[in-house]
Amino acid sequence: MYLVLAVICLIIIYPVFTAVILPLQDIDELSRTFSPISDFKGDYVNVDYIPQYPTLNTFKELLLFTPEFYKVFWNSIMITGTILLFQVIVSVPAAWAFSRFKFKGRKLIFDLYVIFMLIPFQVTMLSQYLVLNKMQLMNTRLAIIIPAIFSTFSVFLIYRGFSDIPEDVPNSARIDGANEFQVLWYIGLPLGKTGILSCVVLSFLDLWNMVEQPLAFLKDKSLFPLSLYLPMIDTDNIQIMLAAAVIVLIPAAFVFIMGQDYLEQGIIASALKE
Amino acid sequence: MSTGKICYQKFQYIVFLLPSFLGVSIFIFLPFLDSVRRSFCASGSGKIVGLQNYKVIFANEAFILALKNTGRFILACIPLLMVTSFFVSYFITKLKYIRLIKSILLFPLAVPTAALLLIWQILFSDGGYINNILAQHGIGEVSFLHSSAAFWVLVGSYIWKNLGYTVLLWITGMMSVSDSVIEAAKVDGAGEWKILTRIIIPNLKPTFYTITIISFLNSFKVFREAYLVAGAYPHESMYLMQHLFNNWFVNMDLDKMAAAAVTIFTFIFAAIVLLRRVWDKEM
Repeated sequence: MYLVLAVICLIIIYPVFTAVILPLQDIDELSRTFSPISDFKGDYVNVDYIPQYPTLNTFKELLLFTPEFYKVFWNSIMITGTILLFQVIVSVPAAWAFSRFKFKGRKLIFDLYVIFMLIPFQVTMLSQYLVLNKMQLMNTRLAIIIPAIFSTFSVFLIYRGFSDIPEDVPNSARIDGANEFQVLWYIGLPLGKTGILSCVVLSFLDLWNMVEQPLAFLKDKSLFPLSLYLPMIDTDNIQIMLAAAVIVLIPAAFVFIMGQDYLEQGIIASALKE
Repeated sequence: MSTGKICYQKFQYIVFLLPSFLGVSIFIFLPFLDSVRRSFCASGSGKIVGLQNYKVIFANEAFILALKNTGRFILACIPLLMVTSFFVSYFITKLKYIRLIKSILLFPLAVPTAALLLIWQILFSDGGYINNILAQHGIGEVSFLHSSAAFWVLVGSYIWKNLGYTVLLWITGMMSVSDSVIEAAKVDGAGEWKILTRIIIPNLKPTFYTITIISFLNSFKVFREAYLVAGAYPHESMYLMQHLFNNWFVNMDLDKMAAAAVTIFTFIFAAIVLLRRVWDKEM
């Protein structure tokens, strides 16, 4: 039993492990490793797990001599950061409205949110394009940022967090004369923190890996985020590509490790308390 | 309290909801309704053509291929994922230290697709590492990316990415089955198999339903791997709906896209309603 699980864990870790090991190889070794892929002559790829001449030169080259990389990295940070910030600002009050107010059409609107949360991007791609085009936002970063701010998934996730707060707590504050904004600020936010943070973690991991939206709405490669730019690097620049892959991985791994509890709670909340 | 204040309080929710609702309406609801309208109109003249666009897409070979592949993909990977993850979770709940295993299983969720592109190449190319291993054991090489095996590579990468997600949900479901019930069954002489089939599985029905929905949704995200590894026109066994939408988008086939979007929306909507029905009946 342990053995089976160990094998599964190994399979899961293996590709990531290889991705981290490979850029440590020097250029000669790398080109030997990759030659069967570009030009297959009967010799298969062989992966040396212990690099013969381990080196950090590739990283040096990427970080010191590839200014383009910083630009794209900055694109990713900018796009992801802006979306996350405004997503929270917009979604928190909406989630509060759904969880604390009873109003006509509440169930209908909420159901609509849930349904569109479940619809893949491709289905709404056309509709979004038409709007963005009319607003003349195509081929700007805003074309990626603005629609993503209005994510129904984050409203849903934060709503889950808020609906766990017992009604008495905000009510007692209301009796003490707090207005609704104060209630949200002083009671909703601290108590619904878990929901908000799990939304941030899950959204971050998804946005950092964004492919479909920039592919559809950006033409200018200098605006691409890393997740789309990386595959476009020329394949003769393999060592740069490998090093860049590790750099892309680092923020995601960092957020994963820091936010694993919130990630787990987010996944569970998104699914199980139907 | 003045009537003004009551009125204000009654409609206060609007202030909270409005920013989100406006944005969602502008970028999703209304444009989607517009595509519904478009799907019944000719793209140039805007004249109503009834079901013409739908006839066109259902006569379109690429659309049928993409629909078939996407359907086949969903039907292959969801049961596979459910069963694998169920047994993995069942084993894990028997262990004591599960945090590390959980972390490892969840980690692929955090790995950006772009970071592993070259690794997929190393593993699955014709001259790749897996073929190396196969050759050493005297098994013939497989052209993973340029034959119908491409489909299974895609299924594999889907399971690799989503196993942790699903395992986590199963484990949560299994943990919620109360220990005292299981203890009581043990005292009554029920074996492990009997406890699993008679107590644990029946208690997991709600989990089952949500896992199906979540796996279904995540199955659309596999496009990232497919597109980044194999481009806009991959081997035909992994030509998915998402490729088709993308290619139509590049060619600006707006009326076809509108009709296809409405079709897919209807499929998904029907699937969700159906699942819910089945689930409600069983409960």
